[in-house]
Amino acid sequence: MSRTLTYCQALSEGLVQAMERDESIFVTGIGVDYSSAVFGSTTEAVRKFGKERIFDAPAMENALTGIAIGAAAMGKRPLIVHLRNDFMFLAFDQMINLAAKWKYMYGPNAVPMPLVVRGIVGRGWGQGATHSQSLHGVLGHFPGLTVLAPATPADAKGMTIAALQADRPIVIIENRRLYDIKGPVDIEPNPTPLGRAFVRREGSDITIVGCSIMVQEALVAAQDLQQKGIAAEVVDIATVRPLDVDTITASIRKTGRLVVVDTDWEFCGLAAEIAALAAERCLKQLKAPVCRLGFADCPAPVSAPLEEAFYPKASSITKASLALCGESEEGMTFSAHVDTFKGPY
Amino acid sequence: MSNLLDPTEEKRLLRSMLRIRRAEEIIAHHYKTEQQMRTPTHFGIGQEAVAVGVCGALQQDDVIFSHHRCHTHYLAKGGDLAGLVAELYGRATGCSGGRGGSVHLADRKVGVVATSAILGETVPVAVGSALAFKMDGGKRVAVTFFGDAVFEEGVIYESLNYAAVNGLPVLFCCENNLYSTETPLSLRRKSGSEFIDRVRSFGVPGEVIDGNDVGVVREAVANAVARLRRGEGPAYIECLTYRWREHVGPLFDYEANRTYRTRDELEDWMRRDPLAVSKKRLMNASALGDAEYEAWLADIDAEVASAIEAAKAAPWPEVRLILEGVL
Ligand SMILES: Cc1ncc(C[n+]2csc(CCOP(=O)(O)OP(=O)(O)O)c2C)c(N)n1
Repeated sequence: MSRTLTYCQALSEGLVQAMERDESIFVTGIGVDYSSAVFGSTTEAVRKFGKERIFDAPAMENALTGIAIGAAAMGKRPLIVHLRNDFMFLAFDQMINLAAKWKYMYGPNAVPMPLVVRGIVGRGWGQGATHSQSLHGVLGHFPGLTVLAPATPADAKGMTIAALQADRPIVIIENRRLYDIKGPVDIEPNPTPLGRAFVRREGSDITIVGCSIMVQEALVAAQDLQQKGIAAEVVDIATVRPLDVDTITASIRKTGRLVVVDTDWEFCGLAAEIAALAAERCLKQLKAPVCRLGFADCPAPVSAPLEEAFYPKASSITKASLALCGESEEGMTFSAHVDTFKGPY
Repeated sequence: MSNLLDPTEEKRLLRSMLRIRRAEEIIAHHYKTEQQMRTPTHFGIGQEAVAVGVCGALQQDDVIFSHHRCHTHYLAKGGDLAGLVAELYGRATGCSGGRGGSVHLADRKVGVVATSAILGETVPVAVGSALAFKMDGGKRVAVTFFGDAVFEEGVIYESLNYAAVNGLPVLFCCENNLYSTETPLSLRRKSGSEFIDRVRSFGVPGEVIDGNDVGVVREAVANAVARLRRGEGPAYIECLTYRWREHVGPLFDYEANRTYRTRDELEDWMRRDPLAVSKKRLMNASALGDAEYEAWLADIDAEVASAIEAAKAAPWPEVRLILEGVL
């Protein structure tokens, strides 16, 4: 049974239900027990479970990650939350050199490593160069990490639940601008299957692949493309690693055209990975060159018009798709994904 | 020189030191002459009293975390000698299945949870295990071993602060052997800026002790661990000691013509051999005779020889399984 929740409410519900079922789960990170409660996503957990199980931490991202690893090694299920995923750069030693390699390098003597890390991408309202990057592609590079980038409220909940049940290190990248998006969410604590991509909209003319916020932009673009009779298929990557190659390539083979849109830079990123996949596995079916869309190739600027130009959006996806399908922009109206985001941060 | 521990206990510790010493020496010999162990090894020869003294004061279900110079800690905590040797030879029977090598030893059965070649990396992990112990309300403790160079990494300060603020049962054990690879402490620390003062500034109590006397280490750690088990928060022990061999590899530095420290300095420290200190004490008390010591030596050498033989005869990991065990 489902009903409508926001992405943020879904995150909260997933966490609460996971914690109810498993006493070994605890939550830490800067501000997790503040009254602002990570934009409200931990309010309910704080109310229900108190400071024994959900507690603040000093600003010490690297050691905190190691501490969570050490607790996980002793049978706990720690969840670390970073208000901005950029802070996770300070934890890369622990995340990448230790957690990601743990099971492999300790072989048969490795204890399970159920570490979960949530990192939120700031977007809009001039978050600037150090608060709006998305680390899903960077983290996805490393074998041993599972990297999730939920695009819908249902997955925000389902992936939280799945991550808190798994016995391996998992990073969940959430986009702040998704927090107010509404959608159907199961009442039951159903985990989203990890490692699966999802076709969010079916179509036969062109495939648009993305994750996180870009899925929402792509759905708006797909709607607009109907004006020219173009049926776009939207594939939500959902799990960056391990990547569901089959679902993605099946769609590319079906439509023969691919736009990859990422909430990251194109260079050495997830979009490049998907493009390579198309080249390696779907070349015969491709009717047009692959098109990549990502951040402008510069650090994120703050000033509103610059910031507006920095991000790919529904209209840029629509325009790229029209070009690939050999259609003009004439007579088109371009919708914008409604941005309800307000300051101060 | 400190007093004799209970002679049975001191004999146990000396035998354990001897076992580690001989294992390391024999492994070093094979490493050098065969070129078959393809994993950088950091020998702890000369530093055995720290590992044995600390682990001697722990219970089996207490956990330890170590770093690149981890053979001593692994063996002292009860790690499997055959598993260690096989790991160095890269065999499937190695304690880490041939995936970790010399610097990623683990043995969950005896509480060697993780070792890592990144400086300071396992320090917070020990703190986290202590956090779990505190949450569970038990009496277990966690120990993190690290070298003096870790005081140059930020993560140690984050970890000390967190452990202190939260009163966690973790022992920070610094093995200060005066060098970080070939850089002496004098070039890395302003004179007068003692580690112990930094540690105390976080509210963590500690002491600096003779790390070449297993009795001193054993006693200091027993006291510290008793405090940890009473829930009085973390502690720090700095063991002054010296490594005899090169930083990484089986040679003496003079064999490689390195000049960062003198042979005189080494020989000075070799006169303070932790094994000799303990042996002399036992012999003076007539608790140990030459014959018994020689018998230990023979047993240990045979054990190490058969571990090496077994490792060489053991199967390699199957290449077709290279992708197994990532997730
Ligand atoms: C983060 C990091 N930086 C540099 C190194 C290279 N390195 C390996 S061992 C070592 C010196 C370690 O000295 P110390 O901590 O005193 O331990 P010791 O080797 O003396 O036992 C260095 C610099 C490393 N392993 N990790």
